[in-house]
Amino acid sequence: MSDALVQARGLRKCFGDIEAVSGIDVDVRPGEAFGFLGPNGAGKSSAMRMIGCVSPRTAGELQVLGLDPDVDGPRIRARLGVVPQQDNLDTELSVRDNLHVYGRYFGLSRAAVRAKATELLDFAQLTDRASDKVEPLSGGMKRRLTIARSLVNDPELMLLDEPTTGLDPQARHLLWDRLFRLKQQGVTLILTTHYMDEAEQLCDRLVVMDGGLIVAEGSPGDLIARYSSREVLELRFAPGEQHGQRAAVDELAERLEELPDRLLLYTTDGERALSAAHQRGVRPVSSLVRRATLEDVFLRLTGRSLVD
Amino acid sequence: MTALLDPPRATGAALPGWRATLLVVEGLWTWYRRNWRATVISSVLQPLLFLVAFGVGFGTLLDRGGRAQQVIDVPYLVYLAPALLAVGAIQNAAFESTYPVLSAFKWQRNYWGVSATPITPGQLACGQLSWITLRLAGSGAAYLLVISLFGAARGPGIVAALPLAVLCGMAFSAPVVAFAATVENDGAAFNALFRFVVMPMTLFSGTFFPISQLPEPVRPLAWISPLWHGTELTRGAALGVLELGPALGHTAYLAALVIAGVLLARWRFRARLAR
Amino acid sequence: MTGVIEAPAPGRGGPLLRILPPALYAGRARMLMLRSSLAYKRAWLTIFSGFFEPLFFLVAMGEGLGSLVGDLPGPGGRPLSYAAFIAPGLLAASAMNGAVYDSTFNIFFKLRYARLYDAVLATPLGPVDIALGEIGWALVRGGLYSAGFLGVMTGLGLITSPWGLLALPAALLVAFAFGAVGMAATSFMRSWQDFDLVQLAVLPMFLFSATFFPLSVYPPGLQWVVQAFPLYHAVELMRGLTNGVVGWGLLGHLAYFVVMAAFGVVVASRRLTALLLR
Repeated sequence: MSDALVQARGLRKCFGDIEAVSGIDVDVRPGEAFGFLGPNGAGKSSAMRMIGCVSPRTAGELQVLGLDPDVDGPRIRARLGVVPQQDNLDTELSVRDNLHVYGRYFGLSRAAVRAKATELLDFAQLTDRASDKVEPLSGGMKRRLTIARSLVNDPELMLLDEPTTGLDPQARHLLWDRLFRLKQQGVTLILTTHYMDEAEQLCDRLVVMDGGLIVAEGSPGDLIARYSSREVLELRFAPGEQHGQRAAVDELAERLEELPDRLLLYTTDGERALSAAHQRGVRPVSSLVRRATLEDVFLRLTGRSLVD
Repeated sequence: MTALLDPPRATGAALPGWRATLLVVEGLWTWYRRNWRATVISSVLQPLLFLVAFGVGFGTLLDRGGRAQQVIDVPYLVYLAPALLAVGAIQNAAFESTYPVLSAFKWQRNYWGVSATPITPGQLACGQLSWITLRLAGSGAAYLLVISLFGAARGPGIVAALPLAVLCGMAFSAPVVAFAATVENDGAAFNALFRFVVMPMTLFSGTFFPISQLPEPVRPLAWISPLWHGTELTRGAALGVLELGPALGHTAYLAALVIAGVLLARWRFRARLAR
Repeated sequence: MTGVIEAPAPGRGGPLLRILPPALYAGRARMLMLRSSLAYKRAWLTIFSGFFEPLFFLVAMGEGLGSLVGDLPGPGGRPLSYAAFIAPGLLAASAMNGAVYDSTFNIFFKLRYARLYDAVLATPLGPVDIALGEIGWALVRGGLYSAGFLGVMTGLGLITSPWGLLALPAALLVAFAFGAVGMAATSFMRSWQDFDLVQLAVLPMFLFSATFFPLSVYPPGLQWVVQAFPLYHAVELMRGLTNGVVGWGLLGHLAYFVVMAAFGVVVASRRLTALLLR
């Protein structure tokens, strides 16, 4: 038995005929930030719910905090902090009461919850809204409160399902900052996200899921090195003209991708590829050299077509 | 990897069932403490208004004598008051077991929040039902207090009617909570429940008039209705005419509905929250 | 661009179009009704079920209590069976209930949660279109219920005069007035908790407006109070029409609802304008 906080082998989840997770192996080590990436319907949330012990697995092995969710669900959940995809705060209660009631569900004493609520209000920068109802709070405030609420039991493992979806950039950065602090304190984080910059910012290690399976695994740097080039050259043309230019630049890149109005050249040196293209008489409307990101990896692995 | 020197220790704990159930009740109480005012009209005032309209207003037409005296041998107000205690319990049960439950699954989603804590779906269902029991008892007690002030109570038997009314309400609430846990859409099914179950039950369960006034073939319908059993019990207790045999029968029927409802509700909560 | 504000030709489109600026009224209230009819296509059970409530009351009270209470004095002092006494009252009450619930709960949901009207106002339609369209839909629904219930009354022999035919338009007027006032009231509501106040207005009216027992039961002072309730006038109107006891007094009841409807529409439109076009 390893020291992994979460260990899954051949984990599967079916809803009737639909297989949401088709056998995945996952190890999450203490203190790391682990990410599930993938398009909608890839099985991320189902995997998260199984790890959160609120969804019994169909097949495979799963251990969370060294315990079996099927047997010890409540004992495991007592040590988890869960931030769901959709806020499920009690909007008719005050901000402080939300923390209070939730803390009591974990069996904490009234005095302990009272002290903890004050600490968490400060952590979430909601102290001056403590006695307001939740209903009128902004999306960012609600999200911060949801995260604060998930910390009420000092969790050893946090599960965050798309923690920053729908937030403005200020709110996202504030949340990232809070999550960094938790990580620093030794809390293990597991998160799902659509945002590649978020994954690059937060995750030590991640898996890309597609169609219920893990299609790649590694640190953000690893994945970029493995599935993309160091740089990307984007050549933009009037829509339709890019196709005629394709042959001219084909051999300048390790990989070439054609979109309706541009060509993407994956290469180690974008500037050099650009001047080579100019020498061959290619005249794009505009051009851009940028570093490859996790988004390039993601699109390569999961495709560009819409999934739902 | 960072700061493994001092790995955090979680403070949460798994809880014994009774404690988890109480904590759910406590959470609902926290809500109620701030929002009770809005529930007073529908939960306490509604049965009182019916009592005034029919017991006092309509009653003056009856108590002038005639056929009514052969069927109902006490003043109509006294006849109606304990029955409306049971009606109130049923109607409050219907309301408390439908939209609030659906909302906690679908709109507010706070059941999902609870499901991520050590509290299990089954404990959550029990907590919700315990809370409804308390609400029915509270509303019933308030109703009794008011009617005893205006003389519709006859003797101490009406106090015994309160737990019987609560039992009657829960015999309806528990199955309805189980049903509400299966509703996925916007609750249009509740409209049908209110109109095709609650409303006819209120009218045809021997509350406003004995079921002997109904045509022979439809009387057995009243026997299924928990409200008929509840009315027989509360009225019998309040008027001091309850006999042991029938009382045990009615109580057993209501208790069976409660038990079946609790089991169904636990099952449906599990099926929905731990998919 | 295919959306065109049709400039109303002079004399066309009714008086409202000439009085109100196009920002408030585009003369397309029927589009809101079309939308409601589409939305309810799937919820026919909800509509259908509303018809049964007065029917259950009629059967239970008419049969069960009727056999205990005997005949009551109807309009003009003529004796009526208990079922015949309460049936017109239930007709009036169902017109009220249908209109009030449609114009309070449903409107509030669309206003605050579904944000339907924000989407509507992004089109040429204005707040007056919304007010009229929604009240109009409540009327269609109320009209269906009333017609159904009148059919039942006819079947049970509870309508004794051809004047009873007029009970249908009368019920529509009653529904319109309650719908308009209900909508106006909804525009003042802040949360679901305020809806208990709707109950507080509707339930006592239902129970105490001479629906289930005659006005003579009350002491004289209270009789004046009951006569101030709108539902009392609706009940008297229906009772007069279905029993063919028609006099100038009925016009007084009618006038009550005309004034109430006008008041409701004006307040509802103003409030919706204030709420939506900020």
